[in-house]
Amino acid sequence: MAAKNISITVKIWRQANETAKGCLGTYALKEISTDMSFLEMLDVLNEQLTLEGKEPVVFDHDCREGICGTCGAVVDGIAHGPEQGTTLCQLHMRHFKDGQVICIEPFRAKAFPLVRDLMVDRSAFDRIIQAGGFVSINAGSAPDANTVAVPQQQAEQAMDAAACIGCGACVASCPNAAAMLFTSAKISQLALMPQGRPERKRRALSMVAAMDEEGFGNCSNHRECEQVCPKKISIRHIARMNREYLAAALFGE
Amino acid sequence: MARNKDGLTKALAEIPAIREEFYANVYIPGTGQELNQSLERAGRVADFLEFAEVMVLDALERKESCGCHLREESQTEEHEAKRDDVHYSHVTVWEHRGVGQPPLLHQEPLEFEAVTPSQRSYK
Ligand code: FES
Repeated sequence: MAAKNISITVKIWRQANETAKGCLGTYALKEISTDMSFLEMLDVLNEQLTLEGKEPVVFDHDCREGICGTCGAVVDGIAHGPEQGTTLCQLHMRHFKDGQVICIEPFRAKAFPLVRDLMVDRSAFDRIIQAGGFVSINAGSAPDANTVAVPQQQAEQAMDAAACIGCGACVASCPNAAAMLFTSAKISQLALMPQGRPERKRRALSMVAAMDEEGFGNCSNHRECEQVCPKKISIRHIARMNREYLAAALFGE
Repeated sequence: MARNKDGLTKALAEIPAIREEFYANVYIPGTGQELNQSLERAGRVADFLEFAEVMVLDALERKESCGCHLREESQTEEHEAKRDDVHYSHVTVWEHRGVGQPPLLHQEPLEFEAVTPSQRSYK
């Protein structure tokens, strides 16, 4: 599809800090190439605002290739925007029409305090990982290939879970602001692999406890999270996390 | 990527002017009292402008070719990087003494006990 230029209007949530009152700011943008990514469109806006002597929009980004999980905003009510399985940085302006009005808001959740404009503090995720999202046994040096046999299906499922980039779209989309898709992806990934198994019980208990402590809600099977997940993580991992948790709570270490 | 005395000297002469232009014309919206991404980026540019100067200076000072630092003046007959371990077997630290002031050179010799550095050969 050949690139063309479109004119759009963006309505963006502006809020100076966590406690300040926020509101939507409206900005007109002309000559936006449909080849641009969504974040490049925001770069153009920020350049425009800077030249006008106004304050640019604060937003998080890093790799801009869909692998780091730093970017994210709610675009017209959908976390990471209208394209499924796509991070905001990988969303392109060709999915928008000339003259369209686009509403952009931060990922909202009690456990994600707003920092500024579109930037929220997602360090709660780090603390969940710190509670058990790792393997602390000494696994020794790299073993020879095929000495630890892992069934293909489990390897695939672990890989699917490991695709989580921790962006927080699941939390932002959940009516309960639950972090269960995120937490379960890590618990699942490690429970499925031999290296993660020795600590699986301790891990399930402490990661779930950390998740609750941060103020995230619980899953009530709305499945909004898997709809917006840029890595298409399935809620089957939540089922596995619940089984892991139950087994650990009932039978202990 | 290759470096030579002329190019490096030219770069060294041009960087201060770029830095001055940056400080004269930089426009940073917002304040330093709150999260300010423009301020953060401007700080990085300022940093790069200082760092660029010291890198060029160091490249100029090291007249041998070494690793990916290829000085055109220092090459073998087959155009490979030519080391000069007699004069340059040391690590260098430049001490910053304020913007516009020439930095101070500190050197620490490199002593190899088990191996002897030698010309790299791909043959
Ligand atoms: S910026 Fe890294 S995933 Fe979007």
